Amino acid sequence: MWNKRTGRELLMATSEIKVIAAIVENKPGVLHSIANMFRRRGFNIESITVGHTEKKGLARMTITLNGDEKTIEQVVKQMNKLIDVIKVNYLEKENIVARELALVKIKVADPKTRSDAINCVEVFRGRVVDVSPESLTIEITGTSDKIDAFLNLMRTYGILELARTGLTALARGVKSIRIME
Amino acid sequence: MTEMSGAKAIIKSLEKQKVEVIFGILGGAVLPIYDHFCNSEIRHILCRHEQGAIHAAEGYARASGKPGVCMATSGPGATNLVTGIANAYMDSAPVVALTGQVPTTSKNTTYMIGRDSFQEADIVGITSPITKYNHQIQTVAEIPEIIKNAFYIATTGRPGPVLIDVPKNLQSEVAEMVFSNKIRIRGYKPKTKPHPMQIERAVKLLMSAEKPVILSGGGVITSNATHELTKTAEILMAPVATSFMGKGSITENHPLSVGSIGMHGNPVANKLLCEADVVLAVGTRFSDRATGTVNTFCAAAKIIHIDIDAAEIGKNIEVNVPIVADARKTLKEINNKIIKKLKNKDAPWAIHVKELKQTLNLPPDNNEKEIKPKAILYELRKLLPNDAIVATEVGQNQMWSALYFNSLKPRTFISSGGLGTMGFGFPASIGAKVACPNKVVVDIAGDGSFRMTEQELATSVTEQIPVIVVVLNNSVLGMVAQWQRLFFRGRYSAIKLGSSPDFVKLAEAYGAQGLRARSLPEFKKAVKEALNSDITTVIDVPISSEENVDPMVPPGCGINEQVGNY
Repeated sequence: MWNKRTGRELLMATSEIKVIAAIVENKPGVLHSIANMFRRRGFNIESITVGHTEKKGLARMTITLNGDEKTIEQVVKQMNKLIDVIKVNYLEKENIVARELALVKIKVADPKTRSDAINCVEVFRGRVVDVSPESLTIEITGTSDKIDAFLNLMRTYGILELARTGLTALARGVKSIRIME
Repeated sequence: MTEMSGAKAIIKSLEKQKVEVIFGILGGAVLPIYDHFCNSEIRHILCRHEQGAIHAAEGYARASGKPGVCMATSGPGATNLVTGIANAYMDSAPVVALTGQVPTTSKNTTYMIGRDSFQEADIVGITSPITKYNHQIQTVAEIPEIIKNAFYIATTGRPGPVLIDVPKNLQSEVAEMVFSNKIRIRGYKPKTKPHPMQIERAVKLLMSAEKPVILSGGGVITSNATHELTKTAEILMAPVATSFMGKGSITENHPLSVGSIGMHGNPVANKLLCEADVVLAVGTRFSDRATGTVNTFCAAAKIIHIDIDAAEIGKNIEVNVPIVADARKTLKEINNKIIKKLKNKDAPWAIHVKELKQTLNLPPDNNEKEIKPKAILYELRKLLPNDAIVATEVGQNQMWSALYFNSLKPRTFISSGGLGTMGFGFPASIGAKVACPNKVVVDIAGDGSFRMTEQELATSVTEQIPVIVVVLNNSVLGMVAQWQRLFFRGRYSAIKLGSSPDFVKLAEAYGAQGLRARSLPEFKKAVKEALNSDITTVIDVPISSEENVDPMVPPGCGINEQVGNY
């Protein structure tokens, strides 16, 4: 699993990753039609997060994908064509706050390793959310780069299980994606 | 507010949209809707296959500019529409398809959708990538709103097919219905006005052009911009090449019309595009069959691209001036700005265009012994009225029609351009005839294509929709035979259709008229007979199976690398 994506590769990939935010109708089939469009046109989704917004009936999606400017332009345009997609924005990486959450379960055989690991967690401002005699489950939030770095460290202990949410993001400052009624 | 069933609300919504005709086939899951056709003014035309129904709806839409409507039952009824939906999507035709669906709930089971019930198919999932919009009705009360939106979405912006799936129990369920005319779709606001700055840039570029060429696409026909486009051409003295879908967007006997571009395009059009210094592309999407290899396409030209669909700009070809707007509005503004600077008719470019047309547009070889497609199509043009509508099938018949049959008015050439659906032309011609009962409608067919939807002969006879079918019968799948001849060392594989059926007898079996023409004089006589007849006529024209469509741009080449005799 991991040799497919070494930490280095991941970093390189991250440097090309683009972030798109979309406000969509919160109704059945919307995620399908968006995913379907991506598949059909050969765009590769790196990660996708979906959740409710402050307005009822609207959901916000954050999609990260690999691609050059031209591809991203097509993605935004093709998404805009979907009727249930209300607004799509390309978020420039310099002007956003972006976070990802990861839950990671690691193997800790003895108390020494356990306290070592907990030290690392503190340095990265993570939280231990579950403890068992042989494992620790850690919650960590941050940019994808930070999470990658943390996971590289955790790999030395042995990762039993990992769940990442994918990136979610908002533009900095007062500028917002708003839907006028 | 009135209380009524979902089925009644559907019929009422269709009536409110001024729908006059629906093409369809009923089945179990649409019975409640069909029950209401008995009390409605809407004409239902029973087709013999759902594919025929949706192609007919598209033919109706493209001939009239009004949305075409078709209806099918759940499961196989719905999946039989798929080819037609994909066709309408590729050619941007406003088609509304209504399908029945198994009930969401019933007395015996809590939920039927998703249980692989009898005649269940996930048609919304299946058609998601080939519809402009699709939706499965969730509550009975939303029906009026959804149907109204469906028509609005199908017909505005870049038109396209919309599918609405209606579970059977919601057709019978009764609710308070609100019918309003207000459109409010948060995610859909098509932009039609051009940006003034881009207009300025386009005008500047056009005025500076020494060798301007206009590339006119299907969007010009959709936005009824023929008049404006012709005017632009005349002001600039710019030749007008069309995309295949743009055929008829300028009358093809206009001195500035140079025919269609592309793989089997008119050599004059292909050549001029390669020589142009400025190309004004209007309502066209630069399909691969039109451009050949993109690196050499219009290599010397700056391109102005007008399209109502923003996603078309920069998709296949890099352009210099993008204009996202309605073609007609944009051309009007451009015309207003450049009108004062009329170009000289004796300018070198205008003379060059005229000369090229004279040298490359050769008249047909009038060999009356062997009947050639070129001669047939020239002859057909002479025999038909100017406003006659011609539909074609797909393959050699289609390319010969594009090359040799001049379209003189918009919406009179109806063919499957994007998807290339064999079997499209005949049902489409039926739809066109329903839309324009006073016009002559002809389907130019190949024997391979016609076999794919020939069962609609029954529809045309029983519903009294007379059309003329000209079968260019070469007893093979001609276009693939040509490719095998040219690119597979002449090794023929699976192309022989043989002489079955006898098209004359086939037509007669359906109650239509069947005629055979073995020479040009016989063909003339047959067409005249068909024109004077009030029933559908099939004219079988046996031609050589060795005939090629010439000239041709070999796959992987630029449109300036056309080969073949012409």
